[in-house]
Amino acid sequence: MTDIAAPPAGRPAGRMPSTLATGMARGLLETKMFFREKDAVVFTFSFPIIMLVLFGSIFSGSLEGTGVTVSQLYTAGLLGAGVMGAGFQNLGIGIAGDRDDGTLKRLAGTPMPPAAYFIGKVINVLVIAFLSSVALLAIGVVMYDLDLPSAPSSWLTFAWVFVLGVSASALLGVAASSLPRSAKSAAAVISMPFVVLQFISGVFIPFTQMPEWLINIASLFPLKWMCQGFRSVFLGDAGAALEVTGSYELGRVAVVLAVWLVGGLVLCVTTFRWKSRRDG
Amino acid sequence: MQNAIYVNGLTKRYGDVQAVAGLDLTIRQGEVFAILGPNGAGKSTTVEILEGYRSRDSGEVSVLGVDPAKPTRDWRSRVGIVLQTANDAAELTVRETVRHFASYYPRPRDPDEVIEQVGLTASAGKRVRQLSGGQRRRVDVALGVIGDPELLFLDEPTTGFDPEARRLFWELIAGLARDGTTIVLTTHYLDEAEALADRVAVVARGRIVAEGTPATLGGRGTASARVTWSEGEIETDNPTKTVIELSHRYDGEVPGLTVTRPTLEDIYLRLIEPS
Repeated sequence: MTDIAAPPAGRPAGRMPSTLATGMARGLLETKMFFREKDAVVFTFSFPIIMLVLFGSIFSGSLEGTGVTVSQLYTAGLLGAGVMGAGFQNLGIGIAGDRDDGTLKRLAGTPMPPAAYFIGKVINVLVIAFLSSVALLAIGVVMYDLDLPSAPSSWLTFAWVFVLGVSASALLGVAASSLPRSAKSAAAVISMPFVVLQFISGVFIPFTQMPEWLINIASLFPLKWMCQGFRSVFLGDAGAALEVTGSYELGRVAVVLAVWLVGGLVLCVTTFRWKSRRDG
Repeated sequence: MQNAIYVNGLTKRYGDVQAVAGLDLTIRQGEVFAILGPNGAGKSTTVEILEGYRSRDSGEVSVLGVDPAKPTRDWRSRVGIVLQTANDAAELTVRETVRHFASYYPRPRDPDEVIEQVGLTASAGKRVRQLSGGQRRRVDVALGVIGDPELLFLDEPTTGFDPEARRLFWELIAGLARDGTTIVLTTHYLDEAEALADRVAVVARGRIVAEGTPATLGGRGTASARVTWSEGEIETDNPTKTVIELSHRYDGEVPGLTVTRPTLEDIYLRLIEPS
């Protein structure tokens, strides 16, 4: 037909681009788009920091003679909330928007493999969650005497809690994105349960001050376990006494997050829609 | 000549509504084919089935030799789709968007060349959000043709355009057709179909009710002509004879003379009347 462009270097003519390469390209593009929406960037990164400063100013001192300060407790909790926000809230609202504005339908009409879209979203979420965690930790260290652990094993724990937490939250966000009827309602539909979850999962209110039935409900969801994992990293052995069971239960943290990861994946595969409701 | 699209006995039902009721259609390779029809006639459903977006209840469908209900990546790379409404990727520049979409295809066209072809070279560095409606539509077309498709679907491409933008857009589409791309166009504008299409089909009540060239659709080429002048009008199969007689009667110039055949719009409106 018309003049055919030379194929990009490194790829033989006429071969389908690989799913991974396309996914990486989408991750780059998503991240670029995210950082160009300045207002969203400011709010995403400032939310946990403002919360930390706010709670750190209202409550001060240490807890029940453990030497753990309230600010340290909030830093760990808000890390969990920040990670879940980057995954669940960001994707839940973002994908509902993609579905509403025609992004998904357009992509479905191209040879882009569907998996590449999700790889792109995961890369985007990892970047946001990582940057937001770094910012939060920096504020914690500078303003609230947070001690960063020096033992490599603590950072190993941080790494797996972070990766499992981000992945599970991202998949739940993808699944939840099918709930809002439109992009306009997405912010409300996605944010409300997330705010409730933060309050019952020990982000703002320690479990020692909550009724048992509420703790049991929170224990069903991943946020409680993510926060618990982060507390084990940043509060150290002294803080374990503040946990419901007197231990950080890292094994259980891993199991619950892994179950949510698998469950989220199943939910995504079975409920994901490429079209908006108007589109049938 | 080979068929780009072959449809036989296509049906699709939504609940109680029979959207498509046994539709047959053949579109040849290299043809510009316009599908006309009122809203709710089954036009969009049919096109979405052809595009691989929607499942069908029954009937035989082949698009570039492939059943669109089982779209493969290879097939997707041979089909270009320009959707009706899309407001995505607003924060990217035109060049970034077109380059990115090129990376989805095995044999993409050169992004800068495509941007040039759709007339956006001067705006290539602008964010899509900053473009006018007409320019945005050109981005949509650029994304539709970046994979060098054999077949291009255009869904109501010029809705909301001003007349000048529409003319420019028509030139763009005519250029693509000259390059040999098969184009399937749905539109509400009869003049658009007349300007662009080699053949048109009118869909009403889930079926094709007429098919032909814009000049002959629904017996338009042989329909009787209407001769009007300032003191009367007459419908006749021999308009030339009538004009000569009138010219004699007025001894030269006939006041207010017009001779018209039914427009495509007249034919269309007659075809889609509820039966």
